[in-house]
Amino acid sequence: MLEQKAIIMLLEGIRDTLYMTLVSTLIGYVIGLPMGIVLNLTRPDGLKPNRIIYRILDFICNIIRSVPFLILLILLIPFTRAVVGQSYGSSATIVPLVICAAPYIARVVEASLNEVDAGVIEAAKAMGASNIQIIFRVLLVEAKTSLMAGATITTGILLGYSAMSGTVGGGGLGDIAVRYGYYRWQTDIMIVTVVLLIVIFQIIQNLGSKITAFFDHRKK
Amino acid sequence: MNELITIRDMCKIYNPGENEVRALDHVSLTINRREFVAIIGQSGSGKSTLMNMLGCLDVPTSGTYILDGKDVSTLTDDEQSDIRNKEIGFVFQGFNLIANLTALENVELPLIYRGVGARERRELAERALEIVGLGNRSSHRPAEMSGGQQQRVAIARAIAQAPPIILADEPTGNLDSGSTKEIMGILKRLHEEGRTVILITHDNEIAASAKRIIRIRDGQIVEDRMNENV
Repeated sequence: MLEQKAIIMLLEGIRDTLYMTLVSTLIGYVIGLPMGIVLNLTRPDGLKPNRIIYRILDFICNIIRSVPFLILLILLIPFTRAVVGQSYGSSATIVPLVICAAPYIARVVEASLNEVDAGVIEAAKAMGASNIQIIFRVLLVEAKTSLMAGATITTGILLGYSAMSGTVGGGGLGDIAVRYGYYRWQTDIMIVTVVLLIVIFQIIQNLGSKITAFFDHRKK
Repeated sequence: MNELITIRDMCKIYNPGENEVRALDHVSLTINRREFVAIIGQSGSGKSTLMNMLGCLDVPTSGTYILDGKDVSTLTDDEQSDIRNKEIGFVFQGFNLIANLTALENVELPLIYRGVGARERRELAERALEIVGLGNRSSHRPAEMSGGQQQRVAIARAIAQAPPIILADEPTGNLDSGSTKEIMGILKRLHEEGRTVILITHDNEIAASAKRIIRIRDGQIVEDRMNENV
């Protein structure tokens, strides 16, 4: 069996992994949600078409999303150091995680909002709704379940990315897996971390799906 | 003054220039308070454009539109949106209800846009649902109702704020014959209770329930007659 020291290390790993995943998802949404809404509004057939704003956001999203996360992680080290004060550990990992997640979230949000039935928006306009009212009373309400499904997928992806940050000293379960599995060939600990990651992923995915299904009134 | 809608010499031209489309070609039209009018035409006849004009959803290229004594042909977007909210109740072919909201919440929407307080909103919405015979369905969501019931919710939404005009664009286009009868019955009743109902359709049979039938073709009114059979 694993000795007590290893168990404590693994528990701390779980804590750090959850911390990185959840905080970066949260901050990612603080940035990505408004970005996604603006992308939806300014697209050519949106509520307030604006080519320049759309092009700029579109470009930013594409650029960041086309850089593989591991490269982004290394590329951002000076920036991370400037923001957090150090480039390793869980808190430092949140910086590249957020920067990677925000454009992804913006795209997921944009796609969810684009799916809202044009007729419903047309009706709201006809009834005299302002654009702000359409965003908060129609678009976000109608896209609610799709947004929740998107958030679930995003959280799962960030869990994986947080583990990937272990290769450059990111902390959490990924860090443990790399240190013990790759550098020390201590396969037992690596296997435990993998199992723990799988369990955490399952919990996130199932919880997300359950919450989404609970709020879904589109089907009977 | 009995005239509710006066359109004078209205033109709407899309793509001005060589390939211009005259969707409305010098149309003049007067609709009085408490009329029940059907505007009938094939697709491409200009009836949708006329509906957009009547509904203050678009501005004409030329001509004037006096709605309830106000010239609305030159208003800004915001002003038009205000007029729509107060003066016109819209009913659409595709119902256009919000799937995640209950019937009552859907009916409350135009009142929210207008800034009516929560309690009054609820009362008005409940009354509107009772008028269309769905008082007992207020907590149901659109997916739990038939097409006919959904359209009745949409009508309740249109009348909740008591606008003088109800503008219905192919309201029975997505419905079976039973529901069609039901919806036409409700529109007739709303007219009898004193509302002005404007019905846009391509279907002669549907138009036959109106008291006045206006036929439009190639952007012009080609027929405007009282319906003797009603």
